Amino acid sequence: MKLRLETAAMDALTVRLFDAIDETNMAWIMAADEALRRAFDHALIDLIPSYTTLLVHYDCQRLTFAQASTLARGALRNLTPADAQQGQLHEIPVWCDERVGPELPTVAQRAGLSVEALIERHCSHDYCVFALGFAPGYGFMGLVDEAIATPRLKTPRRRVAAGSVGIADRQTAIYPLLSPGGWNILGRTAVPLFEHAKRGEPLLRPGDKVRFKAISQSEFEAAGGDTTPLEERS
Amino acid sequence: MSHPMLTVKQAGPLALIQDAGRFGVGHLGVTQGGAADWIAFRWANWLLGNPLESAALEIVMGGNLTLVANSDVRLALTGADLAATLDGQPLAPNDSFMMQAGQTLVFRQPKKGLRAYLAFPGGLDAPEVLGSQACTAREQIGGLHEDGKPLKTGDQLTWKGSSATPRQLPQGTQLPLPDSEETVLDMVLGSQAAHFAGRSLFDAFNQPWTVDQRADRMGIRLTGKALNSRLGGIVSEGIPLGAVQIPPDGQPIILMNDRQTIGGYPRLGALTPMACARLAQCLPGTKVRLQPISATQAQAALQSAVIEVAVRLKSPSSGAFIDRVPNEPLASSPGHWQCDAVYPTLPRWRQRKHR
Repeated sequence: MKLRLETAAMDALTVRLFDAIDETNMAWIMAADEALRRAFDHALIDLIPSYTTLLVHYDCQRLTFAQASTLARGALRNLTPADAQQGQLHEIPVWCDERVGPELPTVAQRAGLSVEALIERHCSHDYCVFALGFAPGYGFMGLVDEAIATPRLKTPRRRVAAGSVGIADRQTAIYPLLSPGGWNILGRTAVPLFEHAKRGEPLLRPGDKVRFKAISQSEFEAAGGDTTPLEERS
Repeated sequence: MSHPMLTVKQAGPLALIQDAGRFGVGHLGVTQGGAADWIAFRWANWLLGNPLESAALEIVMGGNLTLVANSDVRLALTGADLAATLDGQPLAPNDSFMMQAGQTLVFRQPKKGLRAYLAFPGGLDAPEVLGSQACTAREQIGGLHEDGKPLKTGDQLTWKGSSATPRQLPQGTQLPLPDSEETVLDMVLGSQAAHFAGRSLFDAFNQPWTVDQRADRMGIRLTGKALNSRLGGIVSEGIPLGAVQIPPDGQPIILMNDRQTIGGYPRLGALTPMACARLAQCLPGTKVRLQPISATQAQAALQSAVIEVAVRLKSPSSGAFIDRVPNEPLASSPGHWQCDAVYPTLPRWRQRKHR
């Protein structure tokens, strides 16, 4: 961990802790999140943690640039990583089927695996939530097993259904709402991520862990899942 | 008699309900949203005596947006000149006006600027999501029907207040509009600027950039001589308002109110909020120039702008609106020039707690 403070805007600082993505970063990022929230208190407007950084948007009526920098530096002095057990573990049921996960065969083929083995591989790791972004409640997770890591689609889809679970390189994510997107879609979950985010209570938070669990079509339907095939929507 | 309202007889291309925006929710992946020209938006509310962050209508282009009133109401219009007429009579810019029952308000096309703001007594009545009424299409949040969609024909606009306390714009007040020659946009240099080639840094500030057609509330693309960063893609990180992002083609994208919360292109810096308001009024084809400024200078410039307005508002001609003036220079009272008063040129981002 190497702390650097960078100017991001008139009233925003980027706190840079790391240079590369790593699951072990998150304990530090979450500790910094907590420390900065406490230090900036009412002068904090927004704090956006990500893989290696935190963006601190502060109220420039309360703090000058120099004061904000000093405050951030002080808050991060003697930082100790957050307890790894602090984040929640979420089990997300996913219906993996070619109708709602059209890239199952291509990703499997690329990895030299059967579709079943691919699903098992994708479900066998507790993924770390690195950041929320792209859309309300959209969690960027990783790291996906190198063997099944697959680059984004050459041409992004115009419409990816809510609940779609995809991978891009070594990351995996769930689309909270219907949106354009270029990730390889492997299945769909009925967990209403967007509704949680809209209430200000996102299911996934940075530092949490996610374990995908393959379920059957009937289980998916019983959970209220929408079985409309993905390609029909595009 | 039915509830006082304005009916959308014809929807233009883009009219959105906006307020100051959503704050304290960036970590949920929720964008800021809010009025893109926040200065014109705040003045519109000020003209009616509203709280300055009350929801108003952001009207882009005009495009024959037609509104009909079912009762008398005082409205205020600021920002772009979209050739607005009330029953065929041109409306004066940056003023309030009475709209009588049965009258028709039409916004035709931009004559100067791009976004007009129409304020209503007490602010527009629309559902709040995460502490704001701001409408963001991409996120399907906000708006009359809570789907983030712009106004459509047949929509009915209602407002929260029963009457307005009309005020006049203080004499000499300048609202953000593009300059006829070249619009100068202040940009705080970010730390990543060090990763740009010397030539690119020179080019960034010493050429006229052209506002591209590819411009919306998420981002506004500028075209000109390409800039090159030694950083390829970077690990995605939080993006501030006004961030000047340089994708691989070297053509800057200025990230605006509806930007994604995190992104992975190198950034040269970020426009100041005041510059963002001006850029929001620039039609495609407008020439703009980027001007480097430090964060400290930018904060001082914001404070000066606030003081300037405060002084104008204290003059007897401006009516009874007198409040505490933040008259301490930044240097002598560092960081404590905030005021409880409401100044139209002061962005008061509302802080919300969502953990």
